[in-house]
Amino acid sequence: MRNRFYISFLAALSAAVILGIFAAGSSAFAATTIVMDGSTTVGPIAKAFAEYYMRTHPGVNITVSESGSGNGVKSLLNNKCDIANLSRFMKPEEFSACSSKGIMPVAHTIAMDGVAPIVHPSNGVKAITLKQLKAIYTGDITNWKELGGPDMKIVVISRDTNSGTYETFEKKVMNKDKMASDVEYVGSNGAVRQRVQSTQAAIGYVGLGFVDRTVKSLPVNGVAATRKTIQAGTYPIARPLYMFTNGYPQLGSHVHALVTMHYSEKGQEIIESLGFVPVTNY
Amino acid sequence: MESIAPTRKTVRKRSLRDRITASKRRMQLTALLERSINGLLFIVASSSVLAVLFIFVFIFREAIPFFREEGFTEFLTGVNWFPSNVSPEFGALALFYGSAMVTLGATLVAAPLGLIVALFLSDVVPFSVRQVVKPVVELLAAVPSVVYGFFALVVFAPLLQSHGGILLAAGAAIIVIPAGVILSTVGADAATNWIPESGGKAARTTLLVLFLAGTAFLTFIMFRALMGIEVVSGTNALNVAIILGIMAIPTVVSVSEDSLTAVGRTLREASYSLGATRAETLLKVVVPAAKSGILAAIVLGVMRAAGETMVVWMASGNASKIPSPFYNFLEPVRTITATIAGEMGEADQVTGASRYSVLFALAVVLLLFVFVCNLVSEWSAQRVAHRARARRVATRRHKQC
Repeated sequence: MRNRFYISFLAALSAAVILGIFAAGSSAFAATTIVMDGSTTVGPIAKAFAEYYMRTHPGVNITVSESGSGNGVKSLLNNKCDIANLSRFMKPEEFSACSSKGIMPVAHTIAMDGVAPIVHPSNGVKAITLKQLKAIYTGDITNWKELGGPDMKIVVISRDTNSGTYETFEKKVMNKDKMASDVEYVGSNGAVRQRVQSTQAAIGYVGLGFVDRTVKSLPVNGVAATRKTIQAGTYPIARPLYMFTNGYPQLGSHVHALVTMHYSEKGQEIIESLGFVPVTNY
Repeated sequence: MESIAPTRKTVRKRSLRDRITASKRRMQLTALLERSINGLLFIVASSSVLAVLFIFVFIFREAIPFFREEGFTEFLTGVNWFPSNVSPEFGALALFYGSAMVTLGATLVAAPLGLIVALFLSDVVPFSVRQVVKPVVELLAAVPSVVYGFFALVVFAPLLQSHGGILLAAGAAIIVIPAGVILSTVGADAATNWIPESGGKAARTTLLVLFLAGTAFLTFIMFRALMGIEVVSGTNALNVAIILGIMAIPTVVSVSEDSLTAVGRTLREASYSLGATRAETLLKVVVPAAKSGILAAIVLGVMRAAGETMVVWMASGNASKIPSPFYNFLEPVRTITATIAGEMGEADQVTGASRYSVLFALAVVLLLFVFVCNLVSEWSAQRVAHRARARRVATRRHKQC
């Protein structure tokens, strides 16, 4: 019996020691670690900002996770992150949930993003209207020949409902109508592009930063998704990208530097190089 | 001499008594140690049982609010899955169907292939080859599922789209041609037995040729049909079923090969000594003897396929509808697991109660499915064991009589 007590006592002791080490470790790192969490669309910008900032400020450690806008809010709500990256504005319910927990979300608009419908480069269709786009996603148009293209059944690809890109598309294009049941859902912007570039009959939508030569982006209502049209606000499926902090960050702090980096020339350069539209024009 | 001898004896006696007490003490100590280790092991073992219980309780507790709010009918019979819409709909039938379809497809791929490989390894190739090949097959299980998913999405899906017909035909050929040859051989044998007056070799060969020609013709027709198929979207049920099947193969091979080997030499040698060929020995002696192990292997493989998430999320297309017609494996499907993984991020207790708890309702269904699967396999394995024991006893009694 005594032996058993010994073992349990030892186990409890070692558990306490390990916990202590963890607690000490996390509190020691907290001073110089900044956590960013949220949208996969804002993720690349946040990563580039973090990389640049860590290079110029050794000793600062920034981690960026891409778990979706909703998860970003959840992290901010639970004090798990310093900056929440969102590709949509915070919802009223999320705001009230935050304020009930004593967290005051402040939005920083860091860039603009256009959601561009993309098709396979071999597709003959040259332009599309918002109405047609909606009809494709609700299942009213199912063949490319209805849009003047080849006689192929359209493979409709959407981002998963978890993403800010989806929510922007739903808001600006679907207008609260439901997508057809045979729409395929894909987990990331990169995966949408991958599916479209390898499928002749596919249509998908991605943030402007993910449009490249392997896919063809279609002008919507006669307006192509470019930097100029998005900045001017004439492109119909565009949205600002946000970073949210708990209260306005203390001036001169690391967090403040990160959420204002987009005003700097370097910040603009980073945003441009990633294919997004900066808010500044140097 | 005389004076030394008695002292020697007493020393010996004393040491013996000492030794006895010492060993007694040691025994007590070992008993204590054993009991304490027993207790420790009991705690460890019961903690895993407790973990399972906790999972059950937690998932049921989180799922109850959904059923209380939305009821069962829509969830179990509806096919409209729009949990994120302003007016949400929670018809999950299509998800159940997708899961079942993908699991069934994976089983159809993994069970025959895995069983054939296991038979090949246990009874056909030399032992040294088996020692090399089996670990390599088991290495398949070590590949992370996201790698399989990536392969399915980036390599296999485009391949299905560009060469779908040929691939389908080739895949069918792998299954249909050997199966056709075996079936026609067996069929010809059976037919010659049915015809009473013949039984000659000539009749058998002609029948065999006839059967083979028939199957060849049917295969040809099937090939032409398959070659004509155009796969519109490569991320579909077939893609996932094949990849999941490949993922389940190492489990099936490993477990069923073990049980095939466990059948032992004596049964095999007895069969050979009675003049049975290798095929007869395998099919009529070894496989029936290892039946329960093989069944367990297949069930394990099935459960691996049913619970897989990453591959399905990446490569099944995730369209929540029942394919039309219902057996069409070339349409995208959405499974329970992928839905839970995909919706979890946005479904918060804060933003939408039903949208959050419906995922736990889905988890309950998945859990029940796997649980039932497990029970069935246990039950059938037990039944097989019982029957085997009963038969053995019966034959022994028969002999005694």
